[in-house]
Amino acid sequence: MRVSSSFYLRNIFRFATSFAAVALVLASVVVTCSQPANALPAFARKYGLRCSACHESWPMLNYFGQKFKDNGYQLMNDRDAPIWQNPSYWPVVFRITPIWHRVSTGKVEVDTYSSVGGVPTPTGSAIQRISSSGFDLSGLDFHTGGTLEKNISFYLLPSSDSTGAFHFEQVFVRFDNIAHSPWLNFKMGRFELDNLLSEKRILTLTGNGGVYQTYHFIPQGDGNIFGQIGDNQLGMEYMGHSVDDRTRISASLLSSSDGNVGLSTTANAYTGFVAASQAFDAGRLGVQRLGFYAMAGEASTYYLTSGGGIPIPGSGIGNKGFSREGFVGQFYFGPHVGLTVVTQHGSDNVWFGQGYGNAEATDGNGGTTCTTPIPNGCPPNNVPGTTLPAGSQAPSWNGVTAEGHYIYSPQLIFIGRYEAERMSQQANGNICGGVACPSNLGNISTYTIGFRYNPFMTSRAGLAWHNEYNWLHQDGTGPANLTTGALTNINTGEILIGLDFDF
Amino acid sequence: MRTRLQNWTLLLGSAALLAFPSASSAQLTTFDLETRMGAESHVGNITGHAKDAKGDYRRYCVGCHGTLGDGNGEVAPWIDPKPRDFQLGIFKCRSTPTGTLPTDQDLFDTIARGLDRSNMPQWSTFTKQQRADLVAWVKHFSPRWTNEKPGTPIQIPPEPEVTAERIKAGRDVFARVQCWKCHGVQGMANGPSASTLQDDLGRPIQPFNFTDGTRPKCGDTDQDIYRIFMTGLDGTPMPSFADNIKPDEAWDLVFYLRTFMAQKSKEKELAKQLSLKPVDPNAPVAQQ
Repeated sequence: MRVSSSFYLRNIFRFATSFAAVALVLASVVVTCSQPANALPAFARKYGLRCSACHESWPMLNYFGQKFKDNGYQLMNDRDAPIWQNPSYWPVVFRITPIWHRVSTGKVEVDTYSSVGGVPTPTGSAIQRISSSGFDLSGLDFHTGGTLEKNISFYLLPSSDSTGAFHFEQVFVRFDNIAHSPWLNFKMGRFELDNLLSEKRILTLTGNGGVYQTYHFIPQGDGNIFGQIGDNQLGMEYMGHSVDDRTRISASLLSSSDGNVGLSTTANAYTGFVAASQAFDAGRLGVQRLGFYAMAGEASTYYLTSGGGIPIPGSGIGNKGFSREGFVGQFYFGPHVGLTVVTQHGSDNVWFGQGYGNAEATDGNGGTTCTTPIPNGCPPNNVPGTTLPAGSQAPSWNGVTAEGHYIYSPQLIFIGRYEAERMSQQANGNICGGVACPSNLGNISTYTIGFRYNPFMTSRAGLAWHNEYNWLHQDGTGPANLTTGALTNINTGEILIGLDFDF
Repeated sequence: MRTRLQNWTLLLGSAALLAFPSASSAQLTTFDLETRMGAESHVGNITGHAKDAKGDYRRYCVGCHGTLGDGNGEVAPWIDPKPRDFQLGIFKCRSTPTGTLPTDQDLFDTIARGLDRSNMPQWSTFTKQQRADLVAWVKHFSPRWTNEKPGTPIQIPPEPEVTAERIKAGRDVFARVQCWKCHGVQGMANGPSASTLQDDLGRPIQPFNFTDGTRPKCGDTDQDIYRIFMTGLDGTPMPSFADNIKPDEAWDLVFYLRTFMAQKSKEKELAKQLSLKPVDPNAPVAQQ
């Protein structure tokens, strides 16, 4: 049956009308519910500033907030020491987000059955899309931070996953303005690297959109989890900045453990991270900032074993190198529009490319060393005599993240992000069964859009109505085509609506 | 049944009642402020426009200074010292004589420098244009800016060389104009009048303690200190000494005040060599 074009036009008109009505209602809510945006709990209670003074939109810092952080959570107004506070002041905030989300993952291999004589009988497998939706929770964060004394600051962040299993996401003590110089600051503990585009202050919450892919990208089959600049790392950091924070430099020495505690992985291996940036006054456009970062380190590929092949924690040797480097630009086009761009070139040693390196069951937050003897449950081990598969080569790639913001007001921000990760050299070897991998294997493209609206914020609490959609595409990482055996691509979409609150 | 006249009377009466509070109140309203949105500032070759600072004021300033600029933002009850009431058009940090309006440059500098020992941070992260716009915004709160012009900045002569004689002379000035009555004989803010001081709004206020390592609110260079006591801090008990201290004597006093300060300085070394004693509050006041 053919449908006339006027039918389509009518439906389009109806849809447009409905959309406009919804938009009007939302706009009305935004306008009528607008209240002053007050201070964020922990530091706002101390200094009496609104949260919008430090946050472009909570939790993303603006330039003033970055300066406050660089000064060791101090305004430098001679009221920074805790002795100035009421004794009952306790700088603690919790944050959690009840959400509803729908995740749709394409090309999942599932078992199939048919009824044979009334008995379920396996018939093989098929590839299909799985969509799931429901109400859910984020993890819980307890933020506490501030000054122990003038020019000695700290941060402690016990954080849980959504089941309530806690780990220490961030713990450090920082000595600020040593010898009264803003160029001399040192901290030690577990902390976020000096990324201008902070993943820990990301404005988006979906599974794939809640992290920066550029900060975590690893080639297919690669065993090096230690170059993820988005994860908090264990180590110490030197940081220096000009009084007005226009110029910033930092250098960190890190354990090559991706933040895992207990010397359980690559004890005795270290990674360096440096970052520098310079800001410029661009008149009515605002302050623009350009910078670069570089990470270079080593991590082990060979674990001493016992009991028939079980890795001995902290016994990693056979270190191999890896590097990440890129540029960062923070651009403003007046008071409402901002764009941040991060590039990255990454490369891993050829051994990592073949899967050597990671003896952790998970990365980052409290992983444990694998306990099943190699090679069944653990990554490959570069024991003496091991040779690389024919055709192996060091994987390398390039990535870019571009995140734009439209800041309608301190209470309402619209976010759009595009990320692309592109392999420039595949590891080959065993990764693709002894043949050369497709040049695009593992490539990622992802888009995220959303908005956050803060109907109110007081010096005691904050609330953001969060709405987001993320779509991610990855080449060649889906299940093999059941007929041809060819690699397939994965498309994943997620929509999330949540109430992100802190107190 | 009501007549049409009764209905009109009721309607007009209600309207009059509704209008009465705003008509009788002398308080500034947002409507009044809208009419002053054309305020400008001029700092160097930058022209600031009040209307362009609206967003920044809302984001950064309104929590303390309030929507109407009256210093009654939502956090004002909990902070001390209290935020400035821009409607009064009275400012501490000026280069202009006491009682006059500050220059745009003065306000521009205050925004970047912040005010130590208060909740006003250094807003040096702003662009110069943002700061100039905010200066214009601050000006639009007070009718003084439409009725008066800023004062002429005082002249500060070139700073002379620090000598032991000048420091001793500065001590004499300190005694003569009785700085010690508030600041104490050793600059520790413990003079006999210190506990009685109030600002123009009747709120308790403390004199500056030169010895605790903090910085003077209106800047800590020698020129800033010179300017502070020659212009006074309007709205506070700190008067202008422009009529009591000659320019050359003012530099002597700056050097003497430096001997109190915690920071290392040539003045402190010289004072140590001189074994300089604090002024004697019971000594007869020397005449100029």
